[in-house]
Amino acid sequence: MMNPFQIILGFGIPLDMNHVDTDMIIPARFLTNTQRNGYGEHLFEQLRQQDSNFIFNDLRYQSNQILITRQNFGCGSSREHAVWALQEAGIKVIIAESYSDIFYNNAAQNGLLLITLSAFLIDKLIKQSSSKNGILLTIDLQQQEILTPEGEKIYFEYDPFRKSCLLNGQDDLDYLLEAIQ
Amino acid sequence: MPKNIIEKIWERHVILQRKDHPAVLAIDKMLLHEVTSAQAFDELRRRKLKVRSPEKIIATLDHSVPTTSSREVIIDLQAKLQVESLRKNVKEFGIPFYDFGSEHQGIVHVIGPELGFTLPGETIVCGDSHTSTHGAFGALAFGIGTSEVTHVLATSAILQYKPKTMLVEFIGIPSKAVTAKDVIMKLIATIGVSGAQGHILEYQGEAITKMSMESRMTLCNMSIECGARAGLIAPDETTFHYLKNRPYAPKADHWRTAIKLWQALKSDPDCCYDQHVIIDIHRLTPMVTWGINPEQAIPIEACIPEVENAEQAYHYTQLRPGQPIKKIPIEWAFIGSCTNGRIEDLRLAAQVLKGHRIAEHVQLYVVPGSEQVRQQAIKEGLDQIFITAGAQFRMPGCSMCLAMNADKVPPGARCISTSNRNFIGRQGPGSITHLASPATVAASAIKGMITSAEEIG
Repeated sequence: MMNPFQIILGFGIPLDMNHVDTDMIIPARFLTNTQRNGYGEHLFEQLRQQDSNFIFNDLRYQSNQILITRQNFGCGSSREHAVWALQEAGIKVIIAESYSDIFYNNAAQNGLLLITLSAFLIDKLIKQSSSKNGILLTIDLQQQEILTPEGEKIYFEYDPFRKSCLLNGQDDLDYLLEAIQ
Repeated sequence: MPKNIIEKIWERHVILQRKDHPAVLAIDKMLLHEVTSAQAFDELRRRKLKVRSPEKIIATLDHSVPTTSSREVIIDLQAKLQVESLRKNVKEFGIPFYDFGSEHQGIVHVIGPELGFTLPGETIVCGDSHTSTHGAFGALAFGIGTSEVTHVLATSAILQYKPKTMLVEFIGIPSKAVTAKDVIMKLIATIGVSGAQGHILEYQGEAITKMSMESRMTLCNMSIECGARAGLIAPDETTFHYLKNRPYAPKADHWRTAIKLWQALKSDPDCCYDQHVIIDIHRLTPMVTWGINPEQAIPIEACIPEVENAEQAYHYTQLRPGQPIKKIPIEWAFIGSCTNGRIEDLRLAAQVLKGHRIAEHVQLYVVPGSEQVRQQAIKEGLDQIFITAGAQFRMPGCSMCLAMNADKVPPGARCISTSNRNFIGRQGPGSITHLASPATVAASAIKGMITSAEEIG
């Protein structure tokens, strides 16, 4: 069982990059841990050390729950630790143009909502989230919409099976155990 | 209706397909290693579940283990605990295990095929993205996360949406200087790191038919680097010849029955794919990466291109557009990994290194992919060629491919590597990686700078 997905009200973290790989999210040297936690403090560690202006070093975004990024997020290794690290650091939703296949599945197993939008809408959200006051977004999975303070509703596509799993906090194992009976 | 090989394997494994649901897909085999399995076993215990088919699983140690001769001395206490957890888990659940000291310890994707555990037409998974390697045998093999490892342990099945299919056709036969590594790097450079997202690839072409199993594994291994979850090659006589008499391969009558099934395992004439990519390789030359992902690769004779939105790559690798990739000085060289850690790779590297010494300022690690590869290399005297050349010939493991153990490229140092990812910090924090074939890596280690093997006499 996972925690059922609730409506999320929060600000975005604009990570203006393509092809963010899982080695960037959580380097392999932190994967000797045998638990599902202990990764959040190392999230994007190398990029944070390399560049003081990196978005995850910016205190303004520190408690934000919605990561906004571009193409092919989560490419590379199959490490589920990448999802655990993001969640432990407080990320509840990711909005991107596309995701790697394995990362997408791993997110689904942990109740991390991945929303796919067009480049045009991502551009707009990155711009708005980078502005001085940011932008407060409401993520409603039930209605499959993102609400902006101006009253705009951005609809997103979402797989019906995954939607029901997330809203009810069910994971694949329950379904599989029933199926192989 | 004519079907391609991917559809055929898929359909034979679907247990249940409800409308608007992912398929319940039967999994024939799973490989386990220390890094992505501990949490999966914990979940199994938490739910009070058993391993459904322990005989369909094998486990070994590869990712975080030392490649020094005293292997039990693991300084990182967490890594030691991880190794001990796997030992405990395989014992508790009765899973065959290849520990240190076993003649089959090695990288999961090297030992699976060596043992004949990897067979045509099967579905094979592992908590590792390079599981695509096993596609070389005509298996549908893909990487999964740790939660999915629990699913397969408990049910021998997984939930999957039907993938799209892509035919990748290589046209022409390149020169002898070109290896399977260069061929796959060319594909990734052409279609990009997300070019095959959502797809499973079938590789075809005269060059593929002529390739050895080792080369086919190198090719399929890097399918994930263009975004494909899996890539496969229909089995043929080369496949059957490789598998015959291997420990897990079917024997006697079972072998004859299996061969008949496997011979029929190919795409039907006039079948369809969601995409069809044609790559002309007859003039291909050895490839090298210049940037921070595998699509940033160029022929070794070329200059670094000017690419949009690649400031981060130029900055990190300290290179600039217009600069030739050749003659860039390197301090480290690595020959090994699930991509290029097989006997054929070591032979190729030894051929280049024989009678030479590596440059004074270069450290070269040669890390066999498995104990079998190590022993074969010693039998052929390759170890002596490496040692005489000034390289270190180490014990099997993933080593410097992902720097989970002590084998790390120091910050700011530049490494030419036969591994599969040139991501930021992949070989150690602040390290810079150039991916290439074993021949190019060996030649570059001799000259101390990026060099084509053709320049070594």
